[in-house]
Amino acid sequence: MLTAFVTVLVVLAAFLLQSSVFPAITLLDITPNVLLMVTVCFGFMRGKRFGMLLGFFCGLLIDAFFGPILGFNAFVYMLIGYCNGYFYKVFFDEEIKVPMLLVAVSDLIYSILFYIAQFAIRMRFAFSEYLLRVILPECIYTVVLTLLLYRLLYRIDKLLYDNELEGQKSPWL
Amino acid sequence: MRKRNRFRLKNNQLLAVLTFFCIAAIVLTLTERVTFDPIKNGAGSILRPFQTGINRLGTILTDTRETARNKEELIAENEELLQQIEELKEQVTLKEEDEQELERLRELYDLDQNYSEYTKVAAQVISKDPSNWFDSFIINRGTEDGVDVNMNVITSGGLVGIVIEAGSHWASVRSVIDDNSNVSGMTMSTADNCIVSGDLTLKDDGKLSFSQMNTENEIRSGEKIITSNISDKYLPGILIGTIDEVTEDSNHLTKTGTIIPAVDFRHIQEVLVITTQKETGGGED
Repeated sequence: MLTAFVTVLVVLAAFLLQSSVFPAITLLDITPNVLLMVTVCFGFMRGKRFGMLLGFFCGLLIDAFFGPILGFNAFVYMLIGYCNGYFYKVFFDEEIKVPMLLVAVSDLIYSILFYIAQFAIRMRFAFSEYLLRVILPECIYTVVLTLLLYRLLYRIDKLLYDNELEGQKSPWL
Repeated sequence: MRKRNRFRLKNNQLLAVLTFFCIAAIVLTLTERVTFDPIKNGAGSILRPFQTGINRLGTILTDTRETARNKEELIAENEELLQQIEELKEQVTLKEEDEQELERLRELYDLDQNYSEYTKVAAQVISKDPSNWFDSFIINRGTEDGVDVNMNVITSGGLVGIVIEAGSHWASVRSVIDDNSNVSGMTMSTADNCIVSGDLTLKDDGKLSFSQMNTENEIRSGEKIITSNISDKYLPGILIGTIDEVTEDSNHLTKTGTIIPAVDFRHIQEVLVITTQKETGGGED
């Protein structure tokens, strides 16, 4: 219960960061993909199922507000969450290199899929330009943000995990 | 998680279910069978207060950052501004001349319905499309305030975009620099029609592209482009921008080029929604 509640809070915070806070303080007109980062990190820390569900809802949130096509972001985010769940096995401590790499790769994949589904399909083929203009800056920015926020997400996850363990032990819950 | 032991889908089954759901949603939106507006509206209503709050906070932060700038910078800026005032004075005189010309041209081209005469609703931008690909944003006025889909959005400078979705207290606006945006425009002096489209690859330079201008007239850079009267959603005579470059297409019939928009899209905070809608008689799109 608590896990779900806290996760919802994290997702909402991430969404507001991404849609209202970062555009105001942004560099190069590029906003980091906070929701993707949250999806990747939680998928990595909590496994396939959690990542998949979280990704689904994060994507749905974006679709509900901004998506021209409802379901597209939900689908891609869900797959990303699910795939990052495969790396659950390597997750054991505050080690930050793996999540950074995962975020980078996931963001690249997301951007490329987005490009194909929304741009290439409309005959906009200047991929290299989009790569330099949007995809790479976003990727770098998001990775930097992971560097700053991963610890925080890790702490939150750890607290929740301890809480869950306790809940299983105590007879009144 | 003892509760779920009775019935629990396996991971891949859940994945399949959600995938099915997503694909169904995509197909349904693309074919426009079902409208998801109620869902969107609900989501919007819940998050809007937060976004407004954050937006206010952001403005305060920017303000404090401004005040914290040091003295020397301000002195330098002051000098610069004084200089600018001189330049601006000069520009004002030029503008007055322009205005007279404008008046004349309006009469000439039946643009007597100046857009300052339309009823408008002022709105604040509260959030921006989180992806870096498109340029739509959310404003804090919705159907309750008289804002509806297909209404034109302007600032004092010129055309900003069009309302593509409206909730009860919010509306989503697609700006003209959005890669999906196409506006039918025309040159102010010769009324040559063209299509003005947003292009992500030009956005960094702050430009729009135009195409399919079928004309014999010589089009120079600096020519003003306004919304055309044959557009089906945009009211006629709203300034879009000025032509930057023109090239002739290989067919020697049409011209293509870039436009510098009249609106500074990086710093939009307040916009005006024109609640008068263009009456075309025909259906949409």
